[in-house]
Amino acid sequence: MNEQVKIDIDRAERTEKLQGMGCKRKRVEDIRFTQGKGSYVDDLKLPGMLFGDFVRSPHAHARIVSIDTTRAKALPGVIAVLTAADLKPLGLHYMPTLAGDVQAVLAEEKVLFQNQEVAFVIAEDRYIASDATELVDVVYEALPCIVDPFKAMLPDAPILREDIKDKMIGAHGPRKHPNHIFEWQIGDKQATDEVFAHADVTIKEMLVDHRTHPSPLETCQSVASFDKVKGELTLWGTFQAPHVIRTVVSLISGLPEHKIHVIAPDIGGGFGNKVGAYAGYVCSVVGSIVLGVPVKWVEDRMENLSTTSFARDYHMTTELAATKEGKILGMRVHVLADHGAFDACADPSKWPAGFMNICTGSYDIPVAHLAVDGVYTNKASGGVAYRCSFRVTEAVFAIERAIEVLAQKLGMDAAELRIKNFIKAEQFPYHSALGWEYDSGDYHTAMKKAMDAIGYTALRAEQAEKREAFKRGETRELMGIGISFFTEIVGAGPAKNCDILGIAMFDSAEIRIHPTGSVIARMGTKSQGQGHETTYAQIIATELGIPADDIMIEEGNTDTAPYGLGTYGSRSTPVAGAATAVAARKIKAKAQMIAAHMLEVHEGDLEWDIDRFRVKGLPEKFKTMKEIAWSAYNAPPPNLEPGLEAVNYYEPPNMTYPFGAYFCVMDIDVDTGVAKTRRFYALDDCGTRINPMIIEGQVHGGLTEAFACAMGQEIRYDEMGNVMGASFMDFFLPTAVETPKWETDFTVTPSPHHPIGAKGVGESPHVGGVPCFSNAVNDAYAFLDAGHIQMPHDAWRLWKVGERLGLHG
Amino acid sequence: MIPGTFDYHRPTTVESAVALLLQLGEDARPLAGGHSLIPLMKTRLAAPEHLVDLGAIEGLHRVERIGDDVVIGAMTTQHSVINSSLLADLVPILRETALVIADPQIRYKGTIGGNCANGDPGNDMPALMQCLGASYTLTGTGGNRQVSARDFYLGAYETALAPGEILTEIRIPIPPTGHGYGYEKLKRKVGDYATAAAAVVITMAAGTCTSASIGLTNVSETPLWAAEAARILVGSTLDVATVDAAVAAAEAITTPASDMRGPAEYRTKMAGVMLRRALGRARVRATV
Ligand SMILES: Cc1cc2nc3c(=O)[nH]c(=O)nc-3n(C[C@H](O)[C@H](O)[C@H](O)COP(=O)(O)OP(=O)(O)OC[C@H]3O[C@@H](n4cnc5c(N)ncnc54)[C@H](O)[C@@H]3O)c2cc1C
Repeated sequence: MNEQVKIDIDRAERTEKLQGMGCKRKRVEDIRFTQGKGSYVDDLKLPGMLFGDFVRSPHAHARIVSIDTTRAKALPGVIAVLTAADLKPLGLHYMPTLAGDVQAVLAEEKVLFQNQEVAFVIAEDRYIASDATELVDVVYEALPCIVDPFKAMLPDAPILREDIKDKMIGAHGPRKHPNHIFEWQIGDKQATDEVFAHADVTIKEMLVDHRTHPSPLETCQSVASFDKVKGELTLWGTFQAPHVIRTVVSLISGLPEHKIHVIAPDIGGGFGNKVGAYAGYVCSVVGSIVLGVPVKWVEDRMENLSTTSFARDYHMTTELAATKEGKILGMRVHVLADHGAFDACADPSKWPAGFMNICTGSYDIPVAHLAVDGVYTNKASGGVAYRCSFRVTEAVFAIERAIEVLAQKLGMDAAELRIKNFIKAEQFPYHSALGWEYDSGDYHTAMKKAMDAIGYTALRAEQAEKREAFKRGETRELMGIGISFFTEIVGAGPAKNCDILGIAMFDSAEIRIHPTGSVIARMGTKSQGQGHETTYAQIIATELGIPADDIMIEEGNTDTAPYGLGTYGSRSTPVAGAATAVAARKIKAKAQMIAAHMLEVHEGDLEWDIDRFRVKGLPEKFKTMKEIAWSAYNAPPPNLEPGLEAVNYYEPPNMTYPFGAYFCVMDIDVDTGVAKTRRFYALDDCGTRINPMIIEGQVHGGLTEAFACAMGQEIRYDEMGNVMGASFMDFFLPTAVETPKWETDFTVTPSPHHPIGAKGVGESPHVGGVPCFSNAVNDAYAFLDAGHIQMPHDAWRLWKVGERLGLHG
Repeated sequence: MIPGTFDYHRPTTVESAVALLLQLGEDARPLAGGHSLIPLMKTRLAAPEHLVDLGAIEGLHRVERIGDDVVIGAMTTQHSVINSSLLADLVPILRETALVIADPQIRYKGTIGGNCANGDPGNDMPALMQCLGASYTLTGTGGNRQVSARDFYLGAYETALAPGEILTEIRIPIPPTGHGYGYEKLKRKVGDYATAAAAVVITMAAGTCTSASIGLTNVSETPLWAAEAARILVGSTLDVATVDAAVAAAEAITTPASDMRGPAEYRTKMAGVMLRRALGRARVRATV
């Protein structure tokens, strides 16, 4: 064997041993999860712990005439029953929301949505608590309710929020109506109107991204334990952002922040549902403070689906203007946003409609204007980013549906129209008409790769044949081809435009190398299943040349982890991942000084080689990271403090902009309305790929949720404001049987501003998937002039389309 | 989703179970596999104070041939129904139906007796039992009585079971060899009750339909035996016009609820589509 081959083999072996970036390292957390050895909030059992349960309103809108807790308190085992009257003296019957509104913790004079919290029973066990809720006597006087956001703004609409009816300046400016929350505008209205007035072709469509709900396997829950002697509160809970929760608890309870210990243990999925602060958390805290013993609150599935944060409910009037050759000239969007009874939308504080202004998508659209009106209705509050960055699923749905509507009007192929309007690789960094600076992208390459992989031309030919066969009555199936080319905006975010309650949206990492060369690292984020324990370790492994298996990642304990803004909006990799790399590099710089001292050379004479510093030109003279670590504690160079650790608080200079090209082939049985996904191909570009297996898993999960949302999942209300289908009997959670088989692919366009070039991927498949499914359905019926078909595309609704078109004979 | 308080009893004979039920009265309910009853208790739509578990009673878990009938003990699980070679040979539509009920975990606990006695129009076995002309053996303090599945269902969760009575076995007349059958079910996902479903058993001779029976699931307060639709088929070659007429007759007797599975009009039409498809399969399977 020649010398070079030997060196190559040695280097390959050392690289493999690290299990660093780019390798399909198996998820370390799965060792406990797959054996049922995870430790969740509900696993917590503390001595003397009590259990809470809510009395909830059967009405969507009603005045509370009286609440009588006598019978409930008389039930053996019941310790206390809290109502608004108990919370009011503490100033806790309302709590502030992330969106600058207030939200009732326990209803005081009125209830505003069905299942709203009215009283909190605390009892010795979970069963007694539940029994006692039936013994709280509440007299209601029903009021007319509003479930349709368009009706909320009518002049004679009943006023929902009497608590703020005279406050006509809201958190985001003037309110136009007592049921109005805010109007938010961006873009050049005049220039946009001008373009629309003169364009060859325009389209206008009302696109509804219907109300749905994230459904993590574990519901929201908390255990509060107040130590009266020390005056300290420990709060375990399902928190995607534990540090923010600690700050909020401190602000609303008046307890000093250092006397509050917030712990988010293992979390069984979040998808945005666990970003908000909920009545249950507050009541468990108050209960524990008042009673001096731990109080546990665990939401059941129906409570989860019907009360804690919903997602979507965006009614988007979407317009495009184009030349007859298909060059898009302008975009105009008006959104009516149904926020439910309180504005508890989880967005960065200055963004009442999230990042909806990413709605110009992957296209070079010269001018655009977006206006969003938020309104109150008698529905549960929320408006969380359900597996997406803030309102990005809505934005991408708007542009990706609208472009298909335009293609149809122009008589152009929908793929071709997209390609014609793509932002070109050389235009990056690209400034969009609605104010974003896209960091990097190569859309043409991705689209071409995707079209080749799916065999686009052949599929269109097959579809043409099928359509003819359908017209001849030879088949009862319609074939649809769905396309979506999305651009995400993730990694919130730069302090200049992103904060939560005034706290800039940085994130953090603290890395400590122990004398023996193993590592503990803590971040301000919190995994809910994303695999942070695996991937952060891979970043450190590559950066520091320490095997990932020797690195322990810890998150979720506010006493030990550095402050961070948490995990949602695909921000962990773009922000905390960057902090991790930067902290590692600080350590590496110190390690280089130590190595130079050990090798008695000048720092500049050293070069990094996978897991060691070696002397340039003398590869046999080196010190491994492990040796350096020992030396850092044992014999640090003079003038250098001992130890080997670093902290970084990373404030990203920009968001990151992952993108992807998705294709779906669907066959729809016109007689039943049942849609079958024949193929689904997803090409994702999330920049540098830390762990391809985890990326694939994220894509599978995100696509499955996209499939659910597009094809049947919804939270529906009847006219009386009764929430329909809020249990797994009806709420569409696909099983492995219904879920299509996913084909995944990728291109790599690193982020130029991120230390390792990574962009985040957890949400892309959801964001890109929803419009892809909807486009496939719409495409199937397009040749029959069906017009835009609203989601969700469950069987009965598609059957109704067939009825409308006279397809059932 | 937290049930109320209840007492639990586990008798070992039918006699003691019946006696217990009679003694405890309205507040007691038999417990079989629990996969209909316990969800109702968790949502407090049912709050029995006593559960009388039938699981320890010997002899209720069996499948046997007695003369021209197959007899299935009430506590036979759906899983056992699926795995019975006797049933697969003699009444294969039972297996086809059991396979589209819920999911493997639920079928492992859920019983055929519970499915038939429950009285939920969403259950799949009742319409099939009506289609097959099965009868139920009901055991009370006064001994046994036989009630035809076609007479058993009075309304949603209302059956011919008298207080203190237990459904102990199901008797199914064995369909003629060479019969054609099909159970077709439209559902939103695995584990979902039917949007609509149809059970069909036919016999054919020289291309002509010589007998037919049809049951419909979840398109009314009770399972439906579509006698008129079946009558229309008999004597025909199952030509398009006849099948259309039978489908129309079946649709005509449905009175489904509008729910998250779809509006009533849709579910009625789906009963028709399921019937058409079940019939199509039955015809292919019929040997003469
Ligand atoms: C997620 C889910 C999906 C499901 N999907 C379907 C489906 O698609 N199709 C379907 O048919 N079923 C479905 N089921 C119901 C399931 O099949 C039940 O097992 C079945 O309906 C009842 O049988 P059991 O043995 O579980 O009865 P239990 O739940 O124990 O009892 C049901 C009722 O019958 C009474 N009862 C039980 N046995 C007797 C007896 N021998 N004599 C008198 N009364 C008795 C009980 O008192 C109770 O009122 C589903 C259940 C779940 C949880």
